[in-house]
Amino acid sequence: MSNRTLQFKIYRYDPDKDQKPYMQEIAVEVESTDRKLLDAMVKLKAKDDSIAFRRSCREGVCGSDAMNINGRNGLACLTDLTTFPEGKPIVLRPLPGLPVIRDLIVDMTQFFKQYHSIKPYLINNDPPPETERLQSPEDREELNGLYECILCACCSTSCPSFWWNPDKFVGPAGLLAAYRFIADTRDQATSERLDNLEDPYRLFRCHTIMNCVEACPKGLNPTKAIGKIKDMMVRRAV
Amino acid sequence: MAKYSVRTFDAVIVGAGGAGLRAAIQLSESGFKTAVLTKVFPTRSHTVAAQGGVAASLGNSEEDHWHWHMYDTVKGSDWLGDQDAIEFMCRKANECVIELEHYGMPFDRTDSGRIYQRPFGGHMSNFGEKPVRRSCAAADRTGHAMLHAMYQRNVKANTQFFIEWMALDLIRDAEGAVLGVTAMDMETGEVVAFHSKTTIFATGGAGRIFYSSTNAFINTGDGLGMAARAGIPLEDMEFWQFHPTGVAGAGVLITEGVRGEGGILRNSAGERFMERYAPNAKDLASRDVVSRAMTTEINEGRGCGPHKDFVLLDISHLDPATIMKRLPGIREIAIQFAGVDCIKEPIPVVPTAHYQMGGIPTNYHGQVVVPHGHSKSAVVPGFYAAGECACASVHGANRLGTNSLLDLLVFGKSAGESAVDELRNSPKAHKPLPQGEIERALARVDRIDTQKGGASVHETQLEMRRTMQKHAGVFRFSDLLKAGVEKISDVHKAALSTEIADKSKVFNTARVEALELENLIEVAVATMVSAEARKESRGAHVRDDAPDTPEHPNGRDDANWLKHTLWYKEGNRLDYKSVKLTPLTVETIALKTRAY
Repeated sequence: MSNRTLQFKIYRYDPDKDQKPYMQEIAVEVESTDRKLLDAMVKLKAKDDSIAFRRSCREGVCGSDAMNINGRNGLACLTDLTTFPEGKPIVLRPLPGLPVIRDLIVDMTQFFKQYHSIKPYLINNDPPPETERLQSPEDREELNGLYECILCACCSTSCPSFWWNPDKFVGPAGLLAAYRFIADTRDQATSERLDNLEDPYRLFRCHTIMNCVEACPKGLNPTKAIGKIKDMMVRRAV
Repeated sequence: MAKYSVRTFDAVIVGAGGAGLRAAIQLSESGFKTAVLTKVFPTRSHTVAAQGGVAASLGNSEEDHWHWHMYDTVKGSDWLGDQDAIEFMCRKANECVIELEHYGMPFDRTDSGRIYQRPFGGHMSNFGEKPVRRSCAAADRTGHAMLHAMYQRNVKANTQFFIEWMALDLIRDAEGAVLGVTAMDMETGEVVAFHSKTTIFATGGAGRIFYSSTNAFINTGDGLGMAARAGIPLEDMEFWQFHPTGVAGAGVLITEGVRGEGGILRNSAGERFMERYAPNAKDLASRDVVSRAMTTEINEGRGCGPHKDFVLLDISHLDPATIMKRLPGIREIAIQFAGVDCIKEPIPVVPTAHYQMGGIPTNYHGQVVVPHGHSKSAVVPGFYAAGECACASVHGANRLGTNSLLDLLVFGKSAGESAVDELRNSPKAHKPLPQGEIERALARVDRIDTQKGGASVHETQLEMRRTMQKHAGVFRFSDLLKAGVEKISDVHKAALSTEIADKSKVFNTARVEALELENLIEVAVATMVSAEARKESRGAHVRDDAPDTPEHPNGRDDANWLKHTLWYKEGNRLDYKSVKLTPLTVETIALKTRAY
């Protein structure tokens, strides 16, 4: 494949100088070695250094470069340039539902506040043994699909319930983390964790819309985890 | 000149990767007022990308011993590692890994419920006999699982983070004591002097000095740049690890754990060529050995693909269920970045710059040590370093896989403990801040904001990375090194006179990149100058004019070069200090020719 030119429409807003946000149209030439959207964005930034976005690992494990790409949330570093239709501009916007700091950089305070609210750490009040706490391979497997979350916020910022109540609804990422600890045989705080979610908003604002599942760049399924928490709530109520 | 405010802490930790988070646990749980500064949200630090595991001689699957681990590490280092620090690390490994498990890290498990361990390059049983299962793993996402577990522990300990703050410069007074750092809030551009009694650098490596690198964009050697500007030498910067298996073209890391699980490297003839280079350990030889073997295969025309410029990593003979269970992330990476499904097809790989063995000189307590008076290792008051930015030195001339995660755990903890001890045992008031030191950092920011007619940050960093790749790569050539020293000094001038178009105060990433380049270039110069000067081959540093001879097997020259390099920014000067060959309690692991 030879060099080709990509057209972009990028959401721009710098509170230091812009009265209001606008869409910038800009084109950039990419080479055959540029596989991912992030590769093209690095070239864009070389052309216009004022385009602001977060990025780090460029391999989909750090969760920095989440953004809204042609209307869907995703990671720039995992989005193949070949997936974009020819002749149409690639439209980049910040993740929806969070305040914009500048350009594609959003303020993630609310997202992390919800993550922190579920006590995202192992709670085990027994004195730590000399060796590891034992866990069978089967019990460990229960954590697969839960612990791999990279906190990119693609899921929570695609969730209408989180858009309406970001201060009250924990959101898919936080609830996935909550279930990660509930499912861990080493954790002793299951009932405390369920109490913490027993509320009209924190858990039950999930209406199984499943945007989170579609948005997750790691192929995780927060809706399923949320369903399991809801089941546990029901079972303990009976 | 811009204004600044002052904030006061007992301890300031710069960096929130593995080493910084581990040190922060120590300080926060001890109740000291601690600030952790980080350019990115902690779980985005590059520790997150570590895959294959962390070394500890737990012996969960077969007999193992810290002394064997120590032997392997000394041998892996080509005897340039300090044996006191290496003994310390290998003895502390079990305790540190068990602590992590107690924090909640989701290690894979054996059938008996213990932490799962896999073989890894250079890790052997019984003093080099045969590969041993020593790498404690969470699938192929060990770094991710570890970083998140340590961040979570810090959430529990209420650690105070300053997220998306970039440290600019070290604050040192006339007596050489470190009194904190100046740092910039990336969101607002505000500069603050963090005045502290103890300062811990955990800023990671600078792998972005090379063109082809497994490293994240943020790995820009900020701690090394800050230390160098403050007059602290950088140790053993000529030693860079080229990881054998970066995805060809993309640079993304493929863990050595793939070979630990049975993966095989093949050339264009389909030959398992490592059998010729390392008859005993084969594909699980030390990383420098494997990278050189691969490069030799490619240079001699046995590479694969239309340009014969990569070799193949084959795991298609493994049970797909094993791949899905033990190497799920690798399969994703191969599909995403190489366009192959490794269950069916081999992955194209090339040696790729990966890890910096050198760094800020420390002892095994995590204290920064520099030549002063009659001592080559005088403690810099109030200053600590741990992880990839530090040189303890446990990796010497070549690091073993899984020893980096161990390094950041053990020395992150020990730097944290040392800082806690200093705060407890010698409680004293903060020393007064020297004004000029803070203005030095402000002047750098001012320069970038006002420079006219300067070099482009993007072009300059490309020039630096190309220069390093060509002049200081897997194999080194005396004439290229010499020319490289000249060339990198030109790039250095450009890097200190860059111009940016973005003048905004709000989240100005152009300014951040210009500041990062000023740090990277110090590391690049240190690397080139140190490499040019070391006239032997050792570990990852192999040069054409120091070949394998009967007198100097592998080109190593212990009589003249069994010593650590110290590079000073001022005057581009080199000094040397001896290697610590005496361990803490056991006998010296005697010098030997390295073979796998």
